[in-house]
Amino acid sequence: MLSEGHEVSCLDEDPESHARLEVGLDKGWEDLGGRFTVGTGLETDALLAAGIEGADAFIAATNGDNTNIVIAQIAQRRYEVPTVIARILDPLRAEWYRHQGLHTICPTRVAIDMLESAVREGAPRGVA
Amino acid sequence: MYIIVVGAGKVGWNLARELLDKSHEVTVIESNRRRYLTVEQELEHNVTYGDASELWVLERAGIQRADMVIAVTGDDEDNMLICQVAREKYEVERIIARINNPRNRPHFDLLGIKPSVSATDLILRLLEHEVPEYGLVHLLNLQEEQLEIIEMLLGKDSRVTGRRVGDLSMPEGSLLISVLREGKGFVPNADTVLEVGDEVLAVLDPGREDDLKELFGPAAGGGNGTG
Repeated sequence: MLSEGHEVSCLDEDPESHARLEVGLDKGWEDLGGRFTVGTGLETDALLAAGIEGADAFIAATNGDNTNIVIAQIAQRRYEVPTVIARILDPLRAEWYRHQGLHTICPTRVAIDMLESAVREGAPRGVA
Repeated sequence: MYIIVVGAGKVGWNLARELLDKSHEVTVIESNRRRYLTVEQELEHNVTYGDASELWVLERAGIQRADMVIAVTGDDEDNMLICQVAREKYEVERIIARINNPRNRPHFDLLGIKPSVSATDLILRLLEHEVPEYGLVHLLNLQEEQLEIIEMLLGKDSRVTGRRVGDLSMPEGSLLISVLREGKGFVPNADTVLEVGDEVLAVLDPGREDDLKELFGPAAGGGNGTG
């Protein structure tokens, strides 16, 4: 999205993640207009430093479902970010929070659907 | 009452013991297998293994018929979401959440998770009570009702000792409700004369502490004079 000219700000608790952002780029992340903040999504200071107050969209995609659900609700309710998306691995909870008005993406659900259709596309035994 | 306790750490385990002693029906949910096996030796069928942030684990524990859910894990996000799901999805009437990091309190409030209990805050409150330099102790904070009750110890240099209660110009929105003198409490009237060593209790609108501190505190320049 950065390459499309959007302003992108990443928040991560691991300072080393910055290096990952630059893999495959010919310039530095900041040189291309990106932002990077070290901190966790539950820290108000870190969210503010990352610029949540001016954000048009907020994506919560840490490796913890619970963290994502909490931060996404904070972004939605406290900072009134217009578009908030939470990554939730647990399909049951992704479903329930979607009904509660949270935009959720469930990679598990997507993978199940893809695997299922791949199986259906295959031919059963004995059919040439 | 049927109570679900999430987290079988020191807090959860002891809480479950107390509740069982008081003849409540209790299920403790613990997600660490080793901890579960330890606790299970004592609590037996009253503890179950699983991650309570997953809905089916809560359902297996019978959350649909629970009267109360208490989330006391060491993880604030877990505690918040377990309580949120309990109340909003399963319509559990009463929830209690533990706050591990007091800086997360605003998040609990934002999600409407009430009441929430923070050990750090409790210790701070005790500290206020035990360390007299603080001058003023919060005894009760009724957020919903917009009232506070505080306690003040009248020192030698307090500007109200020797004066009649009726002569004090109490700030608007505050009321003296009792005086503790030599271990006994009574309700003061206008003729009560305040003495050194009295502990007075006042009820007030939130935000009036400073006015009261000003009125009951040491006279200007009195400092820590020993007299």
